[in-house]
Amino acid sequence: MSEYCLFCHEQITSNTNWSSFFTSHKETYLCQVCESQLIKIEGETCDICSRPLEKLEKQYVINNRCLDCVRWEEDDEWKGYLLKNESLYEYNDFLKGIISQYKFRGDYILAKIFSLRIQQKLPPNVLLVPIPLSTERQFERGFNQTEALINETGQSPIHLLERTHSEKQSKKSRHDRIHIPQVFQIEEGRGVADKDILLIDDIYTTGSTLRHAAKILIHAGAKSVSSLTLAR
Amino acid sequence: MKFAVLHEKLVPEPLLTTPSATQTITSLAEIPQPPTIPNFSFNPELQKLLLGKQLLLDEIPLSLEEIQSHYENGYITLRKGITFNKNIPKCERCGNQDQSWFASFPCSRCGETCTYCRKCIMMGRVSTCTPLYGWIDVSDISHVHATLDWKGTLSPGQQHVSNKVMESINVNKELLVWAVCGAGKTEVLFEGINRALAMQKRVCIATPRTDVVLELSPRLQAIFPIIEVASLYGGSEDRQKYSPLTITTTHQLLRFYKAFDTIILDEVDAFPYSVDKALQYAVNQARKDMSSLIYLTATPNEQWQKECRQGKRDFVTIPARYHRHPLPVPEFVWCGNWNKALTKGTLPANVMKWLKHRIETGKQALIFIPKIELIPKILPLLQKLHPAIEAVHAEDPNRKEKVKAMRSKEISLLITTTILERGVTFPNLDVAVFGAEDRIFTESALVQISGRVGRSAQYPGGWITFFHYGLTESMLKARKQIQGMNKEGLKKGWIDVE
Ligand SMILES: [Zn+2]
Ligand SMILES: [Zn+2]
Ligand SMILES: [Zn+2]
Ligand SMILES: [Zn+2]
Repeated sequence: MSEYCLFCHEQITSNTNWSSFFTSHKETYLCQVCESQLIKIEGETCDICSRPLEKLEKQYVINNRCLDCVRWEEDDEWKGYLLKNESLYEYNDFLKGIISQYKFRGDYILAKIFSLRIQQKLPPNVLLVPIPLSTERQFERGFNQTEALINETGQSPIHLLERTHSEKQSKKSRHDRIHIPQVFQIEEGRGVADKDILLIDDIYTTGSTLRHAAKILIHAGAKSVSSLTLAR
Repeated sequence: MKFAVLHEKLVPEPLLTTPSATQTITSLAEIPQPPTIPNFSFNPELQKLLLGKQLLLDEIPLSLEEIQSHYENGYITLRKGITFNKNIPKCERCGNQDQSWFASFPCSRCGETCTYCRKCIMMGRVSTCTPLYGWIDVSDISHVHATLDWKGTLSPGQQHVSNKVMESINVNKELLVWAVCGAGKTEVLFEGINRALAMQKRVCIATPRTDVVLELSPRLQAIFPIIEVASLYGGSEDRQKYSPLTITTTHQLLRFYKAFDTIILDEVDAFPYSVDKALQYAVNQARKDMSSLIYLTATPNEQWQKECRQGKRDFVTIPARYHRHPLPVPEFVWCGNWNKALTKGTLPANVMKWLKHRIETGKQALIFIPKIELIPKILPLLQKLHPAIEAVHAEDPNRKEKVKAMRSKEISLLITTTILERGVTFPNLDVAVFGAEDRIFTESALVQISGRVGRSAQYPGGWITFFHYGLTESMLKARKQIQGMNKEGLKKGWIDVE
């Protein structure tokens, strides 16, 4: 139990009602006000990317898949590589604030906020693979935010991927992002054959980064590639 | 980033040509400072950027090689970003020593577990492998003689204070300027700043609010047209600009180190200065060892008032407004258990009467309330009286628009939380404080709120009414402070007797 909320630095008051009696052994990193602003992704979601389906208009949902995923799976170049993505929380303004302080300001300790839920979502016998940063970016931030998420759950990240060149993804159109040449390569000497792989990333935006990674891993012989992200 | 010490010089790891033992800057016993080579042709842009500063590597848009050569030739200084005293970390940039504001992480810059300060992380992360970069020479870049281009005149009260300000600047002293709301405190700085600039001093005006920076900067630029004023706030573009006159938010002061000969700290009452160690630290870091510090306030806190009375603090007052009319004195009106009335969907009768009277006579009014949660209860009641009534609070996205609509008289009554207690002025206004007994209405808040009334020379009067359910110490002290100022203003002959 940390004494102060990691995000707003309010003192966390421990209330001794019944529910906290049963959960008090768990670490608390956010105050109740902040915690209540993290919205878990629940209910009906897209079979592939876990986008909440209730929020989509009917014409964008086909057989429990969102239209984006349908399009990916219709594309011969991309279909079948990413088995499934799971995301923990809705990417609302609050989470945006946390992620940007974590990533861009380099406030490493905020990773702890998510470790418990990530832990609960990890299937057994998978390789946990972080999405790598370019060397310059890694120096700038001092740490890789996806690797830190894995570290803070007590697991060890397996570095299978390398960036071939740095990309400012947000500045490119969807077409560019999908059709850029391969961004990742497999780190030399890494055996991935017949392994189940779970990619970890902070945000699922278009799914293109994760699919690029999945494709190269499957081609290298991985049995399956899924992903887990904080936000969707 | 780690450093090796070679031939009594630091060499950053990326620039090492042969493998050498390296360590973080924090773990060095001493930081070697090479002597200054006089005929080294330094980069004047880098000098402008670093003079009187403490910047992170990421804030210097030059190559590591160029920075290193300036260091080796004795022009750049490095300081530890984090220091340890018996294992207790301290952030040298913001002064934080509170353990709950530190964290550590496996750092890929130094390959070690790095302790970092979370208190000032919004300005870039300072950790045990982070040097703070500065410039060796503290003597300023000489600037053209800036002549004061101001056609206004000072009232006798203002002139008196202006002289005191000049004197403090001359002899590097501290001075508290205690000026009532509407006294014209900005004008009393002009001659002092002019004098400081003429003496080749570097001057800074620091204020807690970005609004004030945005308002002051063009005003000062206009009266000192020859120099280029630097205006600093979160997201401003003047960050790399060197100027003899800097207007900044107190937050941005953290990037300065032994920079200023004169710091003018505005609205000392806007934050609990005595408890805000962080601000005190920032001001002390930003001023030169020999420098003057001028505090401006309309309502010093209790501690400071006491120090003034006991003669422990140099201060000067402007007890009267520039228009020579007395400050409106608050009247206290008991309004009973207003909370209970509100749950029944009504307002106390005397409050209602007060409001109706303003609506009928068409006089604009501000109604201060203690809590944002009251808005949905009060606003619908008032909108039944008149549609042109609005409410505003700190997080209101339409805050600016509503203030504007008030100014253009599209709104007749504006309900507000304490956010409008300072800064905004509307001519010809009455003000009510609803629930004045609430703790949020401190002495200084109440003085500021009362100070909204009678600001313009055309309408120097107006009503200020505290509706309360029990008198508080703060209410009494606020009234006493206002009456005291009026008395002093009269005595000095700066208020006209009607
Ligand atoms: Zn919180
Ligand atoms: Zn989908
Ligand atoms: Zn700090
Ligand atoms: Zn480090």
